[in-house]
Amino acid sequence: MALSIALAALQVLLVLVGAPLVIGAMRQVRARLEGRRGGGVGQPWRDLRKLFRKQQITPEGTTVVFRAAPFVLLGSALLIAAIIPVVSLGSPLDSSGDFVAVVGLLFLGTVALALAALDTGTAFGGMGSSRQMTVVALVEPTILLVLFTLSLRVHSANLAEIAGGTLANPAQAFSLGRVLAFASLVIVIIAETGRLPVDNPATHLELTMIHEAMTLEYAGPRLGLVEWASGMRLTVLLVLLANLFFPWGVAPGGPGLVQVLIAVAAIVAKVAVLAMALSVGETFLAKLRLFRVPELLAGSFLLGILAVTASSFLPAAGR
Amino acid sequence: MNRDDARSGARGRVRAGVAAGKARTVEAIPASALVARARALLSDGFRLGLIAAHDEGSQLRIVYLFLAGSPDRRVELHVAIPARAPSVPSLGSLSFPASRFERAMHDLFGVVPTDHPLPHRLIRHAHWPSRWFPMRRDAGPTPPFTDHEPFPFVEVEGDGVYEVPVGPVHAGLIEPGHFRFSVVGESVIKLKARLWFTHRGVEKLFEGMNAIEATPLAERISGDTSAAHALAHVLAVEDALGLKVPGPARQLRAMLVEMERLYNHAADIGALAMDVGFSLANSHAQRIREELLRINQACTGSRLLRGAIYPGGVRLLAAPDPVRIRVLAADLAEVAALTLANTVIRDRFAGTAVLSERQALDLGCLGPVARASGVDIDARIDHPSADLADLAGSADLSSSPDLSSSADRGVPGVPRREGDVLARFNVRVDEFAVSAEMVCGLAASADRLEFPAARPSRATPPNRAAASSPIRSGVGIVEGWRGTIVHRVEVDPEGRLTRAAIVDPSWFNWPALPLAMADTILPDFPVTNKSFNLSYAGNDL
Repeated sequence: MALSIALAALQVLLVLVGAPLVIGAMRQVRARLEGRRGGGVGQPWRDLRKLFRKQQITPEGTTVVFRAAPFVLLGSALLIAAIIPVVSLGSPLDSSGDFVAVVGLLFLGTVALALAALDTGTAFGGMGSSRQMTVVALVEPTILLVLFTLSLRVHSANLAEIAGGTLANPAQAFSLGRVLAFASLVIVIIAETGRLPVDNPATHLELTMIHEAMTLEYAGPRLGLVEWASGMRLTVLLVLLANLFFPWGVAPGGPGLVQVLIAVAAIVAKVAVLAMALSVGETFLAKLRLFRVPELLAGSFLLGILAVTASSFLPAAGR
Repeated sequence: MNRDDARSGARGRVRAGVAAGKARTVEAIPASALVARARALLSDGFRLGLIAAHDEGSQLRIVYLFLAGSPDRRVELHVAIPARAPSVPSLGSLSFPASRFERAMHDLFGVVPTDHPLPHRLIRHAHWPSRWFPMRRDAGPTPPFTDHEPFPFVEVEGDGVYEVPVGPVHAGLIEPGHFRFSVVGESVIKLKARLWFTHRGVEKLFEGMNAIEATPLAERISGDTSAAHALAHVLAVEDALGLKVPGPARQLRAMLVEMERLYNHAADIGALAMDVGFSLANSHAQRIREELLRINQACTGSRLLRGAIYPGGVRLLAAPDPVRIRVLAADLAEVAALTLANTVIRDRFAGTAVLSERQALDLGCLGPVARASGVDIDARIDHPSADLADLAGSADLSSSPDLSSSADRGVPGVPRREGDVLARFNVRVDEFAVSAEMVCGLAASADRLEFPAARPSRATPPNRAAASSPIRSGVGIVEGWRGTIVHRVEVDPEGRLTRAAIVDPSWFNWPALPLAMADTILPDFPVTNKSFNLSYAGNDL
């Protein structure tokens, strides 16, 4: 038990430290592809250091909802990091934390931020919340559907068992249902984390914003928390994508030191590859017209349905 | 006080018009005859170039400048009214631009337009005292701001309508302007743009300056249009003073204006891609712009092409290298082609924020905005100040199929009809190609780079019409990259400017933006705004 708690702590620490680096790496890849020099992989960390040194400012008329949202967002992201198999399959929260809980925690963070934006009473905040809720309403069911596809094979909603099932039966890894589920999950991760072509994290144009519009009133340490937590949400989703579909390298429950080191190296490599692939893709994409976003997300939901169907009715490989 | 027309028996073609300066006739008419005469001119194919009031102490003289092209014609109507309780009949029901000039004239001079369809404030915000008119001679120093003069926004009412106020302070490095959107869901019901946050009193600053030394001020009317505003001002001064400029010097000046068009269009093409999240194209457009700015620096000593144009002449340090210009033109064409090859971008541009030809004509739109809506208006053709024929012949305009006609005209307009963001993007892409060829042609034909400034003595004979008049007037018209710029100056016998009236094309084009935003969704505003890319400083002098 002590070991599994230590491993969960390691996972949380890894996500805390790694999230700004993931963002930094994505920006750096993009800068290089555009022929710019870029700020370096460590720039988001330097930004966070700057933000945490700043004065705390609270907009007039805001309530505890505004002040608490960054912590809810951060806490939910950290809890997800402790539950999902980042390094090891044996999480201490394994018994209580299945994929439904993970999706619920994601949603909790999103709603907290949307409520905080409404709490500010500004036009941009309300606009961002409204758009974010539209996106989320389409994203969350799709994530559930995708994870359901994966859980069908192992007859368990437990994420460690899903990953373990793939390790035990590698032939399943590339079944039709899983390929469809993978594509679907990639699209919803892009939407959930506000990347192109759904949202543009680099824009300064308030009227086009979704996620950024909700955070406009944050400044200083709270803005730092929101940005850090947003980076962590992207990171844990990439970890989920990596370890549910390509779980190789993950340490089993109760691992030795070498296995843990290998697992850390593996997840760092996997997330780095996924983040860079995402960044390269983004470079060649433009932002969709807002009214086309639901079409894209409906497409990903359809892929999810096809994935479930394929997993349920097509004969499984290797059985 | 209408000295220009004091002489009788003039050789005017139209009525009793008196010839005054280049292609220009002046008619002094009583206020009661104004509306009928303006209606006749407008129906005769003239457009309103500017309305400018002149404070002459006991009376105000209002100058209405009407312009028509092919051939170049400029008709001025002068109306003198008493300075106490001044009013003129409004032309607002004849011409929308006139209604805005009249509102501005009321704000700055206190001239009341009678029967004006929308007699609200325009330039002066709520904190300006209502009885203070800054352009009047006796205006004195700026008075303290008042608490509140009424200047409300129209409130759109109805189920689910909410307001999104944006600005005047924006994210990003742009000028101040306040946009108020009334929105249902994401659809814009009404957009009200309130500008005029940066009134600097530029026209007033010109007053009293030596006419041949005021060019640096003209270059600072709108920083990204330094060369075109300088040239319009210089042409007006030369027109007033009767200065002759050799043909090759006029060609070099035209080349500078085209170079200005190049770097600004490159920036716009990149920024349009940037606003839909395609920063890859913007990075390359910015690189091209930077190289063009360095060429500007090498040619004139100024990245913004300042200091090269002055009354009577022009001075360049070097001619641009046609090889480099052509390389950059090919680069930009590739960037534009790659941008439009992206289907998401094409979807964002096509059909977005349509400005119809009817709307563009009614509002008097100018420049690329007008040409994207099928209005073929271009001062390089209508009011030429240099011979630009046959320069653009070899420009590669593969992106637009129906261009053969424009090649016949010898110059450059590349009109489109759709009036959407895509059309405004394409117009800029085509104009970049044409201008690049023009710069290459003009650079190749330049054998001298310096033509000395005129040093007119006080005895320089004023222009023909004003022989008996102590005040000499001049008009300069230039097709800047945003559209037609008109300057009108008046010079006293000492050679000092008594009045400079300036009209940037943004003045005409700003009202088109809210019209184009009707039926457009809120998140498409930034790309729409960028496709117009209007000047705040040029609009608010």
